[in-house]
Amino acid sequence: MREARNIPFDLAVWLAGAAAIVLLVLPTLVVVAMSFTNEFTLRFPPRSWSVRWYGELFANSPQIAAAALASLKVALIATAVSTALGTLAAVVLAGRKDRWAVALDSLFMSPMVFPAMSLGLALLLVLSLAGIRLSLLTLAVGHVVIATPFVIRMVSAAAQQMNPALLDCAASLGASRTYAFFTVTLPLIRPGVVSGAIVAFLTSIDHVPVSLMLSDPRTETLPIHLWAILEANLDVRVAAVSGVIVAATVAVMLIVDRRMFVPGREKG
Amino acid sequence: MGKAGGKAASFLPAAPLALFFAVAYLLPVAILTAVSFRPDLRASGWTLAHYAAFLGDGFNLSILLDTLWLGLQVVGVTLLIAYPLGLVYMRAGPRLRALLVFLILLPLLTNTVVRTFAWMAILGRNGLVDTVAATLGLADGPLRLLYSRTGLVIALAQIYLPLMALPLNNSLAKIDGNLLRAAEGLGASSAHLFRTVILPLSLPGAVAGCLLVFAGATTAFITQTLVGGGRQIFMPLFIYQQAIGVQRWAFAAAASVVFALTVMAIVYAFNRFARARLRGVDA
Repeated sequence: MREARNIPFDLAVWLAGAAAIVLLVLPTLVVVAMSFTNEFTLRFPPRSWSVRWYGELFANSPQIAAAALASLKVALIATAVSTALGTLAAVVLAGRKDRWAVALDSLFMSPMVFPAMSLGLALLLVLSLAGIRLSLLTLAVGHVVIATPFVIRMVSAAAQQMNPALLDCAASLGASRTYAFFTVTLPLIRPGVVSGAIVAFLTSIDHVPVSLMLSDPRTETLPIHLWAILEANLDVRVAAVSGVIVAATVAVMLIVDRRMFVPGREKG
Repeated sequence: MGKAGGKAASFLPAAPLALFFAVAYLLPVAILTAVSFRPDLRASGWTLAHYAAFLGDGFNLSILLDTLWLGLQVVGVTLLIAYPLGLVYMRAGPRLRALLVFLILLPLLTNTVVRTFAWMAILGRNGLVDTVAATLGLADGPLRLLYSRTGLVIALAQIYLPLMALPLNNSLAKIDGNLLRAAEGLGASSAHLFRTVILPLSLPGAVAGCLLVFAGATTAFITQTLVGGGRQIFMPLFIYQQAIGVQRWAFAAAASVVFALTVMAIVYAFNRFARARLRGVDA
């Protein structure tokens, strides 16, 4: 049956696929190895190994710790708000094709492609004209706009798989819309809501352009602080921070059910 | 209750988010646009001077075009890497698929600064590439890949690869296995099968990936500045410098509007074009 196979093409595909996998993993491995260097430069591979940069990081890096805490606060606020508002909107808009629904959906999704640096400047101008001081809260407002499209995408994927007849049943049995939302809709779309919240959190904690525009010494987030360090003088402590982030990411991925991330798949 | 009233009421749960977006997104963008037509941030009167200054200067225009070109280059490279990866994913069993999803998500979930930092260590002086090249005797001296265009495109392509791979794999996994077996049974070679069956059916995922990667690569401030270096200036850094650096607010606003309009126009045009071509393909 398989005599028509094109061996060179198949071989090329598998080789390129293997190369792609190496390319995916390599930087993470390099970062982890790098964090155990004993040197002051990014020489790779290092000539000698140590945990000195982790010691440096945990013992005397109050600014990095403060920036990490600021990132965490902003991400938690942004996640809570974008997940709550985004879920409500996504449940209404999922699968609807009428003009208003499509227009609203495009509006809510558009921050995904709107250049974030332009949005950051726009927010900065508004705050400055209105005389509002920069704070973690103003930063979180920007992050909500950035994170909401991901929540909507995840939740509508889950909501579209829901059988609409269930809501008709609930209504015919006398359930109000609010009651049906909490007892029927929400439990069914929970995987979508949870993965939406996770992606919103990761988006916020990783976001740069809006944070950069809205940053002052009190609202500096971790990515901005690390960027400033790397711009100024390749401080190898960044490698240790990276090691911690990679370890935390792997831990979270192992704890959280991986299937929740795969879009459009039914949970068993 | 009339039909229109019921319809408006059905939108009610979306109202809080709509209100939030009106205040935190539409209003700021409207004010950004208004300021770009003002002589200065707090000055009154209207002017086109900032647009004239931005669009009339060859240097500024070259930054804009170069940023868009960078986005296209990165999209091209991610497509070249993501398709073989997707074909492996398509033919993989459930265990290998789960592993691949994990490997694709891992870089996506680690911080952008971390990924950028990794590329500084790979491409930098005495970095991984230099060491390997020197060991293999391929180069006698540093290759200077860090701060080069090639290095920047490779780094951005790797960093945004997950955004291409996830939707593409999703599309590829949906292709009916019977179609592939039928084509093979009729004697189609793998290359022919790819061109006539797999490629057209996977386009919806590829299109979604292209849009995400383009939007990401053109605004990737951290990677652009750290791996691209000081001599390559792209629009995000340009806007940042004009606004925060020299406080030319109205000019920075005009540059922001032009940048946002071009990116959105390209995304919109590409989307329209792709949808027209894809009519008939089940997304």
